[in-house]
Amino acid sequence: MYTRAYKSAVAIPPLLWVTVFLLVPYAILFCYSFWSVSSLQVIIHNWNLQNYVQLVRNPIYASVLFRSMRIAASVTMLSLLLGYPLAYYLSFHAAKRKDLLYQLVIIPLWASYLVRGYAWKTILGSDGVLNGFLQYLHITNQPVEFFLYSPFAVVLTLTHIYTPFTFLPIFASLEHVPRNLIEASHDLGASPWSTFRRVVLPLSLPGILAGATFAFVLTLGDFLAPLLVGGASGIMISNIVVSLFGAAYNWPLGAAISLCMLLLVVGLLMLTERIEKRLALS
Amino acid sequence: MSLSTAQDARKPQPAHPAALLSIREVVKLFGKRQVLRGISLDVAAGEFLTILGESGSGKTTLLRLIAGFEQLDRGEIWMAGERLDPMPPHRRPVNTVFQSYALFPHLTVFENVAYGLRARRTPKAEIPAAVAKALDMVKMRDFAQSAPARLSGGQQQRVALARALVNRPRVLLLDEPLSALDANLRRQMQTELKSLQREVGITFIFVTHDQEEAMALSDRIALLRAGYLEQVAGPREIYGRPSTAYVAQFIGQTNLLHVEISDGIARSGAVSWRSLESPGKLVYSLRPESIRLLLPGFSTSLSDLTTARFRGRIHNQTFGGAMDVLEIDCGNSQMLRARIPSPGPVSGEREFEFNISDAVRVCEGTDD
Repeated sequence: MYTRAYKSAVAIPPLLWVTVFLLVPYAILFCYSFWSVSSLQVIIHNWNLQNYVQLVRNPIYASVLFRSMRIAASVTMLSLLLGYPLAYYLSFHAAKRKDLLYQLVIIPLWASYLVRGYAWKTILGSDGVLNGFLQYLHITNQPVEFFLYSPFAVVLTLTHIYTPFTFLPIFASLEHVPRNLIEASHDLGASPWSTFRRVVLPLSLPGILAGATFAFVLTLGDFLAPLLVGGASGIMISNIVVSLFGAAYNWPLGAAISLCMLLLVVGLLMLTERIEKRLALS
Repeated sequence: MSLSTAQDARKPQPAHPAALLSIREVVKLFGKRQVLRGISLDVAAGEFLTILGESGSGKTTLLRLIAGFEQLDRGEIWMAGERLDPMPPHRRPVNTVFQSYALFPHLTVFENVAYGLRARRTPKAEIPAAVAKALDMVKMRDFAQSAPARLSGGQQQRVALARALVNRPRVLLLDEPLSALDANLRRQMQTELKSLQREVGITFIFVTHDQEEAMALSDRIALLRAGYLEQVAGPREIYGRPSTAYVAQFIGQTNLLHVEISDGIARSGAVSWRSLESPGKLVYSLRPESIRLLLPGFSTSLSDLTTARFRGRIHNQTFGGAMDVLEIDCGNSQMLRARIPSPGPVSGEREFEFNISDAVRVCEGTDD
């Protein structure tokens, strides 16, 4: 059907792109993770497992990684709890307001990530909007410090940022639930709640899975929110990577952590893909 | 006094003692458009009733009102002495077979059929046997563990039937269930549907736009036109005695004769017969198969009190196997259609006759 020339013309640019901007950098990263840095801050091209040993031996890395995963899990849960009802309402009950509300959910995605991060900083800070309000109401008489610079602030900010990412796939999957199935369920004697549990929820599982994956993976790799609102107690694994590639100038260790993260995320994606396939089959 | 009358009006009052389902002066609006304009219809227990109409006539809306997917704007629906229309769909003792089947894609055939039983909290132990029996009824037992997506249209249709019938509804609603099937399968399913209905004895309300299907299946046909019931009658009666010109044209084919009566003669162009009607203008329906072709030089002994004769030129002959269709040009742009046993090729001017009693007087109604 298509000529060989056409096929190559279509296939080669994306393949080239992936090779040059993904595979090659990963390969370089892979190499770096087995090298080391001398005390004079020179990269020594001497192959060893020292970086990986350090990752296992020094408990700080594992603890920050676990904190990152806890934060990612919390953000995932919260954005599902916010995103699902929102998507459900929009898809099934919003009627004429659907388009408007959909735009309102999408609009924050147009605003810069940094702007939204700073917005939370001004809301949560010690002379921020929230503390000012609480003192105005005399609920507190001095600024509450733990709002800002805490894992809580990171979770809040990231939930705000990533809820649209969970909302979108859930909304798409709900929109694809044939409406006559809901009528059929009612017709067969199932109450609205039972219909939701036995028809709508199972059919929207792929959307939930996709949304949850987005939220978890994006949060796990996030370093800006902890930088802006996380403080010392809110540091995440990516902040360590950033500092190792920056001020600390330990690219090999940074590369090793990056590769571990990459394996974790790829493993997670493979898992969700398998679950999704199984859902599609049954 | 006036208070007690108002209360009396709210008491259940079955219009017809034998009626299982009673639809009373139902009005449904979509925006400002009246989709149903005061429909009243009684359906007897065990009846196979077809709601027949063109698309846009309101037939699906009427079905959806009975199922509870739409709310009526005026009127009432009763079932066996109970008011049906305020009930939510999941409490109504009716089940629907949807046009697109609406099988749950994430459940097996077995689980689809078991869905209604589980929803109505049937004891778990009874479910497998009930599902197996329902699947047997539609010859789909071997497919119990299949996913609906792997079934053909006809098979999905059977599962949809089993899924509805397993609940033993008082009334089964069928929304053009055969329209997605090809002609042969469709005919086969018609036969099966009819015998299934006799077997289970459940009242069927069947919606279709196909008049042949309606005639083949129904005990009674309710012909709906633009939100009004045009005629409700058995298939033979509605075909033989159509009450309006619209019914006569919609059910089968017909020749409409605009007749003027004067001096005891009914006359419509080249066609005339003796009539006892008082002078005036009337419309008659004459089925094509009522017209006979007279052989040249062959005179019948039938008196012209019971038969009418006319001459016309054969304009067109369509061979149809056992029966041919002749288009007869009677002059003055009057064209009649006759369906006669294949006579071999005929042409030129010929003589025709029909029994006067076969010309059925119909109300003209509002012609579009």
